Amino acid sequence: MTIYDLVFYLFALVTISSAYLVVTVRNIVYSAFSLLFTLFGIAGLYALLGADFVAIVQLIVYVGGILILMIFGVMLTNKITNVEIKTGAWQIFPATIGVGILGGFLLVVLLNTNWLNLNVKDSPATTFQLGQLLMNEWVLPFELLGFVLLIALLGAASIARK
Amino acid sequence: MVTVGLYHYLFVSTILFSLGIFGIVTRKNAVMVLMGIELILNAANINFVAFARYGNFGFQGQLMALFVIVLAAAEAAIALAIVLNIYKVFSSVNVDEIDRLKE
Repeated sequence: MTIYDLVFYLFALVTISSAYLVVTVRNIVYSAFSLLFTLFGIAGLYALLGADFVAIVQLIVYVGGILILMIFGVMLTNKITNVEIKTGAWQIFPATIGVGILGGFLLVVLLNTNWLNLNVKDSPATTFQLGQLLMNEWVLPFELLGFVLLIALLGAASIARK
Repeated sequence: MVTVGLYHYLFVSTILFSLGIFGIVTRKNAVMVLMGIELILNAANINFVAFARYGNFGFQGQLMALFVIVLAAAEAAIALAIVLNIYKVFSSVNVDEIDRLKE
């Protein structure tokens, strides 16, 4: 039981418990704030896995961008006359059974599969390596992704203004 | 409490994936459905990064995680634009009340 394990269990607990709150709490704003803690926990898991650049990008893009977009979506699509912004839920019972079966099946498969498990050493400079990959081997997907993002944002702006 | 390894990360991502499916299936509000989709994308991302750490694929797993994050941003922007338009037409974003393609 090292410090690494303790920190992992802490982040895993934060991630899973707040993800549970995201899908069960009835107030949408509380859900959005629980999503904030979920994304923070996942960024911590990335950092524990040695992916420091991905962790920072997760914080900047998800917490700073997508989550704010979600909260704007909540604010713009509800008549805010009181503090309570509720969302309905339906088919809780069949969904619980179905998701339980699906999750149990996935866990059984996960535990019975012999994954490639090498535990390679951490590399200290993921940013440098990722930059090298992006500019050499993966430069075409990288540029395509830039175009996709540009077109998606233009499309979103024009759809929303209609 | 054994030493943390690949299986622990896969376990966390499986739980996240199941919770995301649960949110998509049970929530009525379209923005909440989007949050469920974000949970599922994050579960896939944890798998990518975990296999990049414990397999011998170099940094390509982390690269895929970055691509997924960018695509999730594009998806969230477009989906929220569509949700805003739906709200203008129907005055509601509950997915069970939206039953027409035309105004």
